[in-house]
Amino acid sequence: MILLSMVLIPLAGAVLLGALGHRSAGLWCNIAVSAATLCAAGVMTARMLHDGPFTAWHHELFVDPLNVFLVDLTALVALSTAVFSRTYMRAEVRLGHLNPARLGVYHAMYQIFVFSMLLALISNNIGVLWIAMETATLSTALLVGLYRTPAGLEAAWKYFILCGVGIALALLGTIMVYFAAHSVLGAHRALLWTRLYGVRDRLNPAIMTIAFVFLIAGYGTKVGLVPFHAWLPDAHAEGPTPISAVLSGLLLNVALYAIVRFKALASAGTVTHWPGRLMIGFGLASVLFGAFSLGGQRDLKRLFSYSSIEHMGLATFAFGLGGPLATFAALLHMTAHSLTKSSVFFASGEVAQSEGTKDMDRITGIMNRNPALGWTFMGSALAILGTPPFGIFASEFLILVAALRRAPWSVPLLILALGVAFAAIFRRAQAMVFGSAAGPRIPTSPSLPVPLAHLLLVLVLGLAMPPLLAAWYTEAARLIAP
Amino acid sequence: MMPLAAPINLLAALFLLVVFAMLWQRRLANLITIYAWQGTILTLSIALAAYATHSAHLYASACLNGLLKIVLVPALLRRLARRLDVQWDRESLVQVSTVMLIGLGLVIFAFNAALPIAAAGHGINRAIIGIALASILLSLLMMILRATALSQVIGFLAMENSLIFAATSVTYGMPMVIEFGIALDVIVGVFILGVFFFHIREQFDSLDIDRIERREESR
Repeated sequence: MILLSMVLIPLAGAVLLGALGHRSAGLWCNIAVSAATLCAAGVMTARMLHDGPFTAWHHELFVDPLNVFLVDLTALVALSTAVFSRTYMRAEVRLGHLNPARLGVYHAMYQIFVFSMLLALISNNIGVLWIAMETATLSTALLVGLYRTPAGLEAAWKYFILCGVGIALALLGTIMVYFAAHSVLGAHRALLWTRLYGVRDRLNPAIMTIAFVFLIAGYGTKVGLVPFHAWLPDAHAEGPTPISAVLSGLLLNVALYAIVRFKALASAGTVTHWPGRLMIGFGLASVLFGAFSLGGQRDLKRLFSYSSIEHMGLATFAFGLGGPLATFAALLHMTAHSLTKSSVFFASGEVAQSEGTKDMDRITGIMNRNPALGWTFMGSALAILGTPPFGIFASEFLILVAALRRAPWSVPLLILALGVAFAAIFRRAQAMVFGSAAGPRIPTSPSLPVPLAHLLLVLVLGLAMPPLLAAWYTEAARLIAP
Repeated sequence: MMPLAAPINLLAALFLLVVFAMLWQRRLANLITIYAWQGTILTLSIALAAYATHSAHLYASACLNGLLKIVLVPALLRRLARRLDVQWDRESLVQVSTVMLIGLGLVIFAFNAALPIAAAGHGINRAIIGIALASILLSLLMMILRATALSQVIGFLAMENSLIFAATSVTYGMPMVIEFGIALDVIVGVFILGVFFFHIREQFDSLDIDRIERREESR
C-alpha cells in the first residue's frame, strides 16, 4: 500500500499543479507534494527496516536494498529541488526569462518526472521500468524546452530524438530478456525482477549477452555514456537550472540503476565476463572524454554537465569491475554524486541568474560580492572534484583501490582523468570566486541553505557514513555482484 | 513448424520491403502513406499470430495496433504535415543507390546477429527475427539520413513498429499491460512532438535540422 501511495502522490500532485496553473500557490504546492512523497518514502523505508524487502500490489512493486536508498535519494533531492525552484523560478519569471503561464506546465511536468523515476525504481516489472523511463524522457523533453529559446528548442529536440532512439534499443533488449525468460518462467512471470533473479543461471547466455548490448546502449544513452552522450550537455545547459539538477542528480542514476540490474541478470549466465567488460569500456571512455572536454568549456552549466558524464562513467566503470568493494564504491559514488551535483547546479544557477550570464569569462569576484554564495559555490565545486572530507573523495578512493586489484592497467588512466578534471574545474571556479570584484553586491537568495544542506549530507557521507546506509550498500553489492 | 508459417513469412518479407520503400521516399505525404501500410502489415501479422495461437490478448493487441498505426497516428501526421505545409516538399537525400547498398549491408549484418537468437527459438520462423532486427536497423538508418524533423519522427515511429513486430514474432507479444503502456507513450510522444514542430518552425522558419545546426555553429 505504501509503495503504491508513493507513486500516486506525485501523480495526483501533477494533476493538481496542472490545474492550479500559474497561480503562485503552485510554487508552494510543488514543495508540499514533494514533501508528502518524501514522507511516504520514509514510511516505506521504516517498513523495509522492520520487515525486510517486500513486494506489493500483486508483486508488481518491490523494494530491496538496491532500490531503497535510491528511492530515498530521489525523494530527498526532488524535495530540495522543489524548495530551490520556488525562489529560482519566481526570479526567472520576474526577470522575464519565462512566461508565467508556463509555470503550471513546469510544475505538472516536474511531478510527472518524479513519479516516473520513482515508478522506474520500485517497479518489479522490466516492462513497466521501460515505460517509466520513456515517460521520464517525454516529461523532461518538455522541461528542457521550457524557455522556448532557439537553443532550448534545439536541445529539447536533440534530447528527444537521441533518448527516444536509445530507449527504443532498450525496449529491444527488454524484449530479448523476456524471450530468454519466458521459456523458463512462463509468460506471466517472465518480466518480474524477483522471479528473474531466481532463475538467472538458467537464462540462455547467448541471448542475454545480445540483450545486454542493446540494454547498455539504450539505457546508457540516458546515463550519458560516451558515445551516446551528445544530448546531455545541451539539455543541462539550456533547461531551467532546477531541471539540470534533477537530470544530473536523479535521472542519470535511475538509468544506471536499470543497467546495473540487467547486468546482474546477464553476467550470471555468461561464463565470459562480457557485460562487466562492456561497462568497463563505456565507463572508462566516458571518464576520459568527460575529463578532457572540461577544459574547453565556457558555459558554466555546460562545464558541470561534462563533469556529470565523467562521474557517471566512473560509477559505470566501478560496476563493471564487479566484486563487493567496487560495487559498494559505485553505489556510494552514485549517492554522493547525486547530492553534490545538484548542489553544484543550485549554486551555479544562483550565480548565473544574478550575473545574467552563463559565460564564465564574464563572471568574477563572487566572494567579494557575496561571501555566502562564494563559499557555497567553491565548496560545491571542491566537493564534486573529490577533495578529501567530502563523500566523493571516499567513493573515488575506493574505486581506485578496487581498480588496483581488479584492473591495474586502468589506474593511470583514471588518475590522469581525475587530475585533468581537477585542473580544469578548479581553474575556472577559482577565477570566478576569487577574481577581482567588478559588479555590485549580489543579494543573498533565501534558497541558499538548500545547497548547503546537500553539502552537509555529503560531508557526513565522507566522514562518518551511517551504518544503515553501509549495510544497504553491502547487501545490494551482494545482490549485484555475488 | 508452426501453423500459418507461409502467410506470416510473406508478411515479414513485405514488412522489410516497406521499410526499404521508406528509405528512398522523398515526399512526406507518400512517406506517411507508406507508414500506414507498415502499420497494416504489422496489424495483419499480429492478427495471424493471434489466430495461430488462439490467444485473446494478441487479438486485443492487433486491434490496438490497428487503431493506432493505421488510423490515428497517420491521421495525426497528415494533419501536422498539412498545417506545416510541408507535405509535398522534396527532401534532399543521399543518392538512392548508396542508401540501398548500405541498407543491404545492414540486412546481412542483422541476419547474422540474429542467428544465436534464432537457434534458441523453438517453433518460430528463424528468418522473421532477422527481418525484425534488419527493420530496426534500417529505421535507424532512415533517421540518420533524413534532414527534416517530421521525417525523422516517421523514422522513429517505423522503428517502434519494427520493435513491436520483433516482439510479436519472437515471443508472441509482451503482456497486455506493457503493450498498452508502450502505445500510450508513443501517442503522447507524437502529440508533444507536434507541439514542438510549431515552436521550432516559429523560431527557425524551417524544420530542417541541418539548417538549425548550421545556425548553431555560425553563432
